[in-house]
Amino acid sequence: MLCAVEHFPVLIIVISLLSAFTIFIAGWLNKKSCCFISFATILVQLVMSIFILHHVLTAGTINYWLGGWSPPWGIEYVVDALNAYVLVILLFLALVCVMYSKRNIEHELPHKIVSFYVLYQLLVTGLCGVTVTGDIFNMYVFVEIFSLSAYALIASRGKIALKASYTYLILGSIGACFFLLGIGFLYSVTGTLNMHDLSLLLPPLYGNRMVQAAFGFFIIGLGIKMALFPLHTWLPDAHSFAPAEISAMLSGIIIEVSTYAFIRVCFSVYTVNFLKLLPIFDILCWVAASGIIIGSVLAIAQDNLKRMLAYSSVSQMGYIMLAVGLSVSSHNELWGGLTPALMHILNHALMKGCLFLVAGAFIYKADLWNISDFRGLGRKMPYTCAAFSLAAISMIGVPPSVGFVSKLYIILASLDSGKFVFVAIMLISTLLNLVYFWRVIETMYMKQEEGAHDHSSSRRDEVPASMLIPILILASLCIIVGIIWLAEIPMPIMDSVNSLFGLSGGMT
Amino acid sequence: MTATIESMQPTFAIMCPAIVSILILLFGKWPNIRESWTLIAAIAQFLIVISMAPVILAGNIIECTFFTMLPGVDFGFSVDAFGLIFAITSSFLWILVSLYSIGYMRSLNEHAQTRFYFFFALAIFGAVGIAMSGNLFTMFIFYEILTVSTYPLVAHEQTPVALAAGRKYLAYLLTSGTFFLAAIVLTYYFSGTTDFVNGGIPNLASEASRAALMVLFVIFLLGFMKAAWMPFHSWLPTAMAAPTPVSALLHAVAVVKAGVFGIIRVVCYIYGVDLMSALGLGLALVCLATFTLIVANLFALAQDNLKRRLAYSTINQLSLIIFGVALLSYEGIEGAMMHIPFHGFMKITLFMCAGAIMVASGKKNISEMAGIGKKMPVTMIAFTIGALGMCALPPTAGYITHHLFVHGCEEAGGSMTIFPYILLIVAILDVMYFFPIIYTAFFKKSKDGGDRRIQEAPIFMLIPIAITATVSIIFYFYPDLFYISDLVHTAISGLMGGHP
Repeated sequence: MLCAVEHFPVLIIVISLLSAFTIFIAGWLNKKSCCFISFATILVQLVMSIFILHHVLTAGTINYWLGGWSPPWGIEYVVDALNAYVLVILLFLALVCVMYSKRNIEHELPHKIVSFYVLYQLLVTGLCGVTVTGDIFNMYVFVEIFSLSAYALIASRGKIALKASYTYLILGSIGACFFLLGIGFLYSVTGTLNMHDLSLLLPPLYGNRMVQAAFGFFIIGLGIKMALFPLHTWLPDAHSFAPAEISAMLSGIIIEVSTYAFIRVCFSVYTVNFLKLLPIFDILCWVAASGIIIGSVLAIAQDNLKRMLAYSSVSQMGYIMLAVGLSVSSHNELWGGLTPALMHILNHALMKGCLFLVAGAFIYKADLWNISDFRGLGRKMPYTCAAFSLAAISMIGVPPSVGFVSKLYIILASLDSGKFVFVAIMLISTLLNLVYFWRVIETMYMKQEEGAHDHSSSRRDEVPASMLIPILILASLCIIVGIIWLAEIPMPIMDSVNSLFGLSGGMT
Repeated sequence: MTATIESMQPTFAIMCPAIVSILILLFGKWPNIRESWTLIAAIAQFLIVISMAPVILAGNIIECTFFTMLPGVDFGFSVDAFGLIFAITSSFLWILVSLYSIGYMRSLNEHAQTRFYFFFALAIFGAVGIAMSGNLFTMFIFYEILTVSTYPLVAHEQTPVALAAGRKYLAYLLTSGTFFLAAIVLTYYFSGTTDFVNGGIPNLASEASRAALMVLFVIFLLGFMKAAWMPFHSWLPTAMAAPTPVSALLHAVAVVKAGVFGIIRVVCYIYGVDLMSALGLGLALVCLATFTLIVANLFALAQDNLKRRLAYSTINQLSLIIFGVALLSYEGIEGAMMHIPFHGFMKITLFMCAGAIMVASGKKNISEMAGIGKKMPVTMIAFTIGALGMCALPPTAGYITHHLFVHGCEEAGGSMTIFPYILLIVAILDVMYFFPIIYTAFFKKSKDGGDRRIQEAPIFMLIPIAITATVSIIFYFYPDLFYISDLVHTAISGLMGGHP
């Protein structure tokens, strides 16, 4: 007899999927209901995911067999500390975004409210699916579900967004193809699709070219999905033309979930022993490091705020991948293993989520896209701008924000693995972040509005509360979570993930 | 006999400016209430800080720890004698600068005053946090808070010049912040701790090679660009674009003092005097400081803008502090520690006078100030006292510290014995750029017969000026005011044992 919590992994998916159809039908009758249904569903999912996290930490991994078919024949959902953690982050940001979307979508896409929420709910379904599944082919299916909804959502503004969406569609499909090829190769060698089963069958075959080639396919395929530096070309357009909440989801969650998939493939399908055979992760470190620098340099060149944030995401994905790359070689109990990478997944979701929502608020209120037009905004929209400043300061890495903690842990991890050059990269990146974020802050607060001589002339003109509250929640979390990390409160989750994958010092 | 006492006092002291910054925002619409919050918090903070002095003088350390950030690194405060000196200086000067800024900001009818007071309080939060932090990581957190919170103050005027100054300020100081972080992380990597220990972290020398320690020290110095040592000083004169109370904050209360405070912390409490002299870093640091001492004074000679001249004088005086600690001798360090509060009081007098002149007459350049001493006698007498202090002449606090520096050179012996002569040259240069100001103000007649409307600045500005000038003289006769000299002796006897 399973206890109730152990049904939650499948319930999270089923509820979400059913809700997508409910929204479709309810939207026919009453457009306004869509947002509330979506909000309620995601809230329930979030509560479930918190229960799951608690259960996983106290009672261990949840294995759920779909339809009672035992693996490797049936599909299995496996939730351990890693998925549970990612699931909570993803549902939290999804909830914040859906709250924000109500007024924004009524304003931006008044004729597409129903389809927006249907697609949004499908997106969340896909993301949750990727996270909870323990079957690699099932993971592919969910990757396609969330990608397809993302293509449609990006295109929803029409015009130039169609082109952005099309680029993403082509590249994303190529990525998915590579992923599928990798799965096919593994299946042809081992005859199984269950991740746990694969990890048992693969070790004797690590010398096999098919197995190694499959790994290459996974890196390329998921590399496109998570916008790893040379494969990031779809990202700036897609991020800048999507509606604000979708940009926030894209940058804060979608590429992170792809990273999660990559981590899962690396450590649960293949294992640490495979990664130690070849210098894959050393190369990954260098790729990530070049992504960090080039992403930031490109961000400096942008005047469109959302494009700038998009390039900044490329650089931030570099942080995460650098941390993943260092995970095998750094062994400290605190900052060794996957800890810095997982830490930055949460931190980046908070910071970038907040920044994109703020960018959306500027567009909502005054149709402002370019940084040079932001003069005097600090007076007009004080709360929004303050939130932006907090998140921007976090991106720069001023203590005690989340950005500082990530930076510190990645620096410590690179010292631990003896790779001093990455310390320098991280520090240079701080300065580059400073250049492009401070420019925005300076324009908002310090530059005078043209034609306005009197300081009191510009009246306060804030976005509605339903958009402001999500922004302020995320901004304050940028600082609060930073302090929580510094106080090492979430470390049991990290330790549990590291010991699961045989990483980190104390366990080897 | 050193005992550690757990107490929340440091937290209360630090929370004063933090809480008041929120109150300032809330009461932004009512200027009188807003300013009284600032004053109340400043006085409360000073009282809390000074109440810790007797406990510290008894040889104790007051600690309060919140949580562990990394193994061996706690987030928490630990107040020792040296930290308390800095805390007393900045919290006392905060009271005076608050009074002064009320007068200054209202007379000039400045814009965005709420923002000004808010970030001012945050900057004090950072400064007192630096003073009371017990390890490098905690210090770094407050160090960065101080940098970021002073930016809106530097760029306050929002003119293109002020914006450029703000940009330069951030570019220098946040770059320096990353060096500081690198140095901290490396220290932690080598020794597994970043706590300030009397006489240096014990296992630092054994864990790292000589070359590594030297490189690390250079990174530390780059991390303390706040100390404005040459050639990384140019942010400081540029930042003079800010309102005068901000210049006072930068120069006397918080920012540059945080820089030299950090250098002394690293030299005495991370490396330790013995390791420094074994590595030969003392002499290197002395040479660096001497270079800045002379060059800064030469630059100062060329300035006509009063505030810029004072800025170069600050660069000079900061290097004097670095010079003192780099001597690695008992009296050298004593002079350096004492010069932090002494210079604070003297330089704040000078800046507040410069601001008063600007408010009263609108004049910024020295060449325009002919005859102003007769119109504004109180201000200019206070200015003269401050200038005497800068030139190390009695009866001011500056004489005492310079005296100690000379003794420190002799005590250090060896090649250090030539440095008293250099100090003499530096003092002559000081005289060369300060006395013309006094001469112009009192004895020169202005060509147009002088503007009759010029009179003394508002009373809110005069009172702080009078107080700091008086205190600068009192320090000469009674250096133990605010427990300063006792605290310095306690700090040094912890470092090096008794007087040689």
